[in-house]
This record gives sequence, C-alpha cells and structure tokens, in this order.
Amino acid sequence: MSLLQVEGLTKTFAGLTAVDSVDIAVADRVFLGIIGPNGAGKTTLFSLLAGSQPPTAGRVVFDDVDITGWSAQKVARAGLVRTFQLMRPFESMSVLENVTIASLAQRSRKDARRHALGVLERVQLAQYAGTSSGSLPTAGLKRLELARALAMEPRMILLDEVLAGLVPAERAPMIELLRELHGDGLTVMFVEHIMAAVMALSERLVVMHDGRVLTQGVPAEVIAEPQVVEAYLGEDY
Amino acid sequence: MTDTTARPAAAHELPAADDPRLKDTWARRQLLVLVAGVAVLSTLPLFLGEQAQSVAIRTLIFAIMAVGWNLMSGFGGMFSFGHAAFFGIGAYTGAYLLVDHGISPWISMVVAAVLSAAVGVAIAYLCLRYKLAGSYFALATFAFAQMFLLIVQNVDALHKTEGFNVEILPSDSWSMLQFQQGDPLYFWIPLAILAAAVLVSILYVRSRAGQYAQAVRDDEVAASSLGINTMRARLIAVALSCGVTAVAGVYYTQYYFFVGPEQAFGSAVSVEAIVPAVIGGIGTIWGPVIGAMVVGPLSELVATVLRNPPGFLSFLQGTSGLDVAVYATLLIVIVIVMPKGIFGTIRDRWRS
Ligand SMILES: Nc1ncnc2c1ncn2[C@@H]1O[C@H](COP(=O)(O)OP(=O)(O)OP(=O)(O)O)[C@@H](O)[C@H]1O
Ligand SMILES: [Mg+2]
Repeated sequence: MSLLQVEGLTKTFAGLTAVDSVDIAVADRVFLGIIGPNGAGKTTLFSLLAGSQPPTAGRVVFDDVDITGWSAQKVARAGLVRTFQLMRPFESMSVLENVTIASLAQRSRKDARRHALGVLERVQLAQYAGTSSGSLPTAGLKRLELARALAMEPRMILLDEVLAGLVPAERAPMIELLRELHGDGLTVMFVEHIMAAVMALSERLVVMHDGRVLTQGVPAEVIAEPQVVEAYLGEDY
Repeated sequence: MTDTTARPAAAHELPAADDPRLKDTWARRQLLVLVAGVAVLSTLPLFLGEQAQSVAIRTLIFAIMAVGWNLMSGFGGMFSFGHAAFFGIGAYTGAYLLVDHGISPWISMVVAAVLSAAVGVAIAYLCLRYKLAGSYFALATFAFAQMFLLIVQNVDALHKTEGFNVEILPSDSWSMLQFQQGDPLYFWIPLAILAAAVLVSILYVRSRAGQYAQAVRDDEVAASSLGINTMRARLIAVALSCGVTAVAGVYYTQYYFFVGPEQAFGSAVSVEAIVPAVIGGIGTIWGPVIGAMVVGPLSELVATVLRNPPGFLSFLQGTSGLDVAVYATLLIVIVIVMPKGIFGTIRDRWRS
C-alpha cells in the first residue's frame, strides 16, 4: 500500500517539458532519494506534488485521495509538506514566529508557540528562537525550512536539497537528524546532489534525467546501472 | 485516512509551558504605550487654543486614516493608492444618513465601516483574483477611487458636485455628535477613535489572521505551502483597513459640517492616508501615528503660507496643490534618508 502514488505526471513550460510522464510510488514510512543532474526536473516535480504549480497532465494520489490540482494550502493541510531549495523565510519575523505560523495550522496561538519551540529544539535551532530569520546563516535557514515543515506535522515531507550550501562539518548532524525523523515514522522524499548522504539515507532511489524517471529501485543497484553513470558523466559525484 | 495522533513529527517533547523563551510581552508593552499616550494627549485641549486644537483634530483624522491604511498596506503588503474610496464611503455615508435621514453619526460609523469593508473586499478580491500585485494593485485601487469620485459627482441622491451641508443644531447633542465650537469633545472623540484603531492594530498583528497576513506579505508561496489560505488572510486585512478608514470619514463630515466629492474621494485624500504611514514607518504600530503628528501640523503650515505668503513667496498666493507638492518632497526625502520611516528607523537603531 503506497502513501503517495504518482502516475504520468507531466509539466510543460512553453515548449520545455520539465517533468515528463513520471510514475513513482512511495510506500508509507519509506525514505526515498531522488537524484538527477541540474535541470532534471526534481524541484518542478516537488512543486507539482505539493500543489505549488498545477500539472499539465497526470495524477497524484496521497493517502488514497486524488489530490491532483489541489492548491498548495490544501495539500499541506492534508499532510504532504515541502521545503524549498531556495530558502523562503518570513523575513520580518523571528525564527520562532516563522515556525509558529506552521504550528498554528493545528492549534491555538498559545499552544502553537510552545509547539513551535519544541520543534526548534528538535532541529537544534532553539538557541536562535528570538533571532530575526533574515539574519540566519545558510545552515540555520535550512533547518528553519525543515522546522516549519515539521511543525505542520506532516505524514510525508518533500526535502529539496536541505544539505546544499552546508560545509561538510554541518552535514553530518543534519543527516543524523533526518535519520531520526525517518526513524520516528516520517515518510521522506529527498532530493539531493550529495551522493554520500543519499546513499546513507535512502531505502529507495529514483534517478531523473530530462524530466523523466531514468530508473528506480534499490540504491546500490540503481547507481551501478550504465545509463545512470552515463547521465552523470561529467558530474562530480 | 489520516490519524493525526500517529503523525510522526509530533514525536518531540514540548517545552515547559512557562519556558521563558515563550514569553511574549510585545502586545502588553504596546497597550501600555497606548494607555500612556492617550492619557498624555487627552490633556492637550487644556493647553491648545481654538486654532491649534483644530490643527490637532485634523492631525487625529490623518492618523486614523493612516492607521487604517497601514493595516492593509503595511501589515498586509497590499499597497493601496485609493484609500480615498473608503474615506469617502465613510464621509458620504455619514452625510447622507444624517442630512437626508436624520440618523445619528454613531450609527453611521458602524454602517460605514461595514459598507466600506465590503466594498474593499470586493475590490481587493477582483484585483487579487486577477493576480494584480505591487504597482498594478496600487493603480487598480487608484482607478476605483477615481471611479467613485466620478459616480458621486453624477448622482442626484448624493447632491452631485455640491456635496452635503450638515445642519448646525441649536444645542449640544451627544447622539448627533455636535457641541459648542471649540469644545474639547471635538478632540477627545477622534482621540478615542484613534485609540480604538491602534488597539485593533495591536490585537490584529498578534492574532492568527494578522500573523497569516504578514506571512503572506513576506512570502506568498511559502505561506501557502504551510497551509495558509492566502486570499482569506489578505481579505481580512483589507476589511479591517477599509472599515477603520471609513470611520475617519464619518468623523470628518461631522467635524467640518460639510463634505463634497473632492474632500471625500479626491486623490489628495489617498495621498493623505499614505504619507503619514510612510513617513512614520510602514508596517509598524506607531509609525502612522507619529507620521500624522508630522504631517498634520505641516499641512497647516503650508495652508497658512498659501493664505498669507511672505513677500518673496507672494507668487504662491492662492495657488492650490502646494500641500501635495510638499508631501511629495517630504516623502522623497524620507524614503532616501529613512527608508523605514521615523519610527521604523529609530526602532531598528534601538535594537542593534
Ligand atoms: N517556472 C518555470 N518556467 C520555465 N521553465 C522552468 C520553470 N521552472 C523550471 N523550469 C525549467 O525546468 C527544468 C527543470 O528545472 P528544475 O528546477 O525542476 O530542475 P532540478 O532538477 O531541480 O535542478 P537543480 O538540481 O539545479 O535544482 C529546467 O530546465 C528549468 O529551467
Ligand atoms: Mg532543484
């Protein structure tokens, strides 16, 4: 029984097909990695799943409900929440206020603030609770993206390059955190270029290229396939 | 289907309810400032002469308009260049109900606020529906305000270009909001309205609706991805904004005993709603009030100079529109020197 089922999902921008008849099934509580060269359509796929953009064709079923064409707001409230590759903090607000906005979806204002602080502790960002979100360094912003998504209490989370821009020393604790979240039962779709992290975390792996799914399956087997090696020729992984 | 209790990300410990990091004294501090400010300002009529009091009242009307404008344009991020429409709805609702139907201005304030909020929501919905943002949104609001001006000038029931004259009653009347000329109540009543408008701002900014509106202003895409109904958040900001501004309009008619199309719906009125907020600090509680305290006396100064210009400025005698030119200059200077306005800039200095 899969939690998320994607069938023939397609997105065309003025002649360019960014996502091309993608079929993916994600079982409940699975950690699914997605790799692919720049411009492969990974972020666009997330936008289609999360309702940030309407698909040109295809179907998205989440938790047995057809959510194709739903607004971002509705998808998020249904328990499927994304983060952004290019971080999008609410800059006029503090870190705690940013996360409280998400916590408010399920609870009263007073409870939301407390819940949000708990989430910040979980992602080790609590010491910045009162800091203006605009002044956080990259590593902090990445954690803030994650914290806001978690505060929605999603069943499934779409993580778009949460490790990008982190120095190697910052990566290990983030990878550890993701492993813990997954261990708690969160279903994860994880777009990432850093192969060590992808291989360490993913139970399933999807390779995208030119908008299409090149191949998918068990990570160790998938990356050994000749076509995958070829697609990545010249990429420094 | 989804079982919320099983949602895994809830698997974290809640901090203690009295964790000091959860303390938020902001609203309490603003309310204290509000009470103190009202207490101090309410003594003003004791010191002011009749002429100065009328300047102070004009300033209060500016302030109410600007606080209203700021709700939608500052906290909601939808820049209105047509708040004359909502001020005008207030001024004309008050005038029409009073002059033609003898209805108390207190009732008109409620009626006007509701009517103006409804009109504002309708206009904003149209603009947002068709994805007008930034300067396009501002232009659209300007166009609506101009349209209202034209309509009012051509409708018999609204006395076309003649406007309304309020009949002066022989004796004081609370219900009709009329007192002796120069009575301090003419100052205290708009002060109370301003205090109420600021109170609305303070409560709104910390409410769920207000937090959502600010999130949408900061980043609409991120906000919708966190489950926020962006349209609803914005329309609530618009409704409050237009409602507050309309009350200023009702009081205007009441205080000046007259309102015509230009005083109510003229584009200068839209500028008057914007300027104090921009000068004082957009998107802050106190910016519009502080800005009005600058603009109110200044507009009087300009008017005085025009009435009786010193020798070297004699060519200005009787010209009109100089006030708008002065506002424009002031705006440009402020935007260059203090892009966050007087209050916004001082607050940021204080914090750092
Ligand atoms: N809004 C848009 N309009 C037009 N083209 C777009 C739009 N968004 C994405 N594209 C194009 O679609 C293709 C896929 O982009 P996408 O951002 O999904 O790739 P990606 O796999 O996330 O790449 P990266 O690894 O660099 O983040 C690219 O060619 C991109 O230029
Ligand atoms: Mg991308």
